[in-house]
Amino acid sequence: MALQSLDIKARSATTTPSPDVRAAGAIPVAKLIDISKCIGCKACQAACMEWNDLRDTIGENVGVYDNPADLSAESWTVMRFSEVEVEQGRLEWLIRKDGCMHCANPGCLKACPSPGAIVQYSNGIVDFHEENCIGCGYCITGCPFNIPRLSKKDNKAYKCTLCSDRVAVGLEPACVKTCPTGAIVFGSKVDMIHHAEGRITDLKERGFQNAGLYDPQGVGGTHVMYVLQHADQPQLYAGLPNDPSISPMVAIWKGITKPLMNFGLGMAVLAGLFHFVTQGPNEAKEEEEEKQ
Amino acid sequence: MSQGKLIERYNASERANHWLVAISFILAALSGLALFHPAFFWLTNLFGSGTWARILHPFIGALMFLLFIVMALRFWKHNRITDADRQWAKHMTEILQNKAKDLPEIGKYNLGQKYLFWALLTTITLMLISGIVIWQPWFAPLFPIPLLRIAVLVHALSAFVAILCLIVHVYASYWTRGSIRAMTRGTVTAAWAKHHHPAWFREVMNKNR
Repeated sequence: MALQSLDIKARSATTTPSPDVRAAGAIPVAKLIDISKCIGCKACQAACMEWNDLRDTIGENVGVYDNPADLSAESWTVMRFSEVEVEQGRLEWLIRKDGCMHCANPGCLKACPSPGAIVQYSNGIVDFHEENCIGCGYCITGCPFNIPRLSKKDNKAYKCTLCSDRVAVGLEPACVKTCPTGAIVFGSKVDMIHHAEGRITDLKERGFQNAGLYDPQGVGGTHVMYVLQHADQPQLYAGLPNDPSISPMVAIWKGITKPLMNFGLGMAVLAGLFHFVTQGPNEAKEEEEEKQ
Repeated sequence: MSQGKLIERYNASERANHWLVAISFILAALSGLALFHPAFFWLTNLFGSGTWARILHPFIGALMFLLFIVMALRFWKHNRITDADRQWAKHMTEILQNKAKDLPEIGKYNLGQKYLFWALLTTITLMLISGIVIWQPWFAPLFPIPLLRIAVLVHALSAFVAILCLIVHVYASYWTRGSIRAMTRGTVTAAWAKHHHPAWFREVMNKNR
């Protein structure tokens, strides 16, 4: 359950306020991943496995560096390697550490039907509480980044917790702790944006005119941000979405249809009741019966 | 009140079929509503837990589809919409006020019942298709996520229409006195048949002659 130092801002499938009395003291946190500094060593993946006690099954080499090939219930972060030529003849190897972005407006939480299976802490971390997870996979439909994975072992959904257990006691996430080049840093969101600005200025001086911060506003901003050399083309980075937002299908499904359907069904029942008490039963007439 | 003559409307097999559909529909609706809106999440307790409701719901739904299709094939031929039905619909207000007179001769089902038949056939089929697409963990991983998003919406909207149909169906059978026995005991009174379904009544009488 939630640690006391991590108060809850939002809770899945809950229509009453979440306990957030102490929220005033919570500082929004962020992890900043500077892709220009990443060397693809996968130490972050190893640290994530270590801290979270995850051991994915050993996969097969398919001729690329991505290993494991995709996120899974046991691999909460993976490095995605993209070879691109933004300028003709100048190969760039873009390595993006993929994982949960911890959206300020999380689609997974919006879609989840089970009370308290997904929570958003006051500091911005979005966490899955698997003991409440029912295994429906709605979080997968809700997520604009294709992050949550259902475990084949227990049919519960898993993803990066941003090491909420470490953050709660004042430590940085395991991947941040281990990153040998300082490509991953962690702190308050304000500080991380400030840090990113310095990096972006530096990158621009080095000729990356479109360097920028990836903090997509379509999901209200994220608590995992990227410094991109080519911020005008996020899709270069293994298909990072250009302008992610919660799908309109999910927004309708989890928005207007919910109150509308409850109202509609309730009204149908009431309409029947009041039709009966005002109009009375529909009976075959006595005289017709007597004719038989 | 004179008992009058009784006419068979549904045989034992049709009645059993109907109630199997009814039970599975209600169980599917209760577990489905539980996963649709937090206000109904407590209904998962009827199935053991949230996880059990999630596991059972699609199996119950698939069973309901099969049972419903068997029933639909049996009732299909009585549900073709005729000119008499369209004429009957023009008297809707009077019918709802119990003041209807000189109605066109209605067969085994009136237009309301026929619409119910077609609406349920459509929505239950849509729910089966969309339900397979979102069925975790068996089938959902086979489909792309954008399709899952369409399927969840189609599933919810179809369920809404189907549950509305159920409410109307239950009420109409209660409102129209003498109808429920058709599905519990299989028979209706001749007066009921003559009043509500005169064309069907004549057909049955001619056959029995």
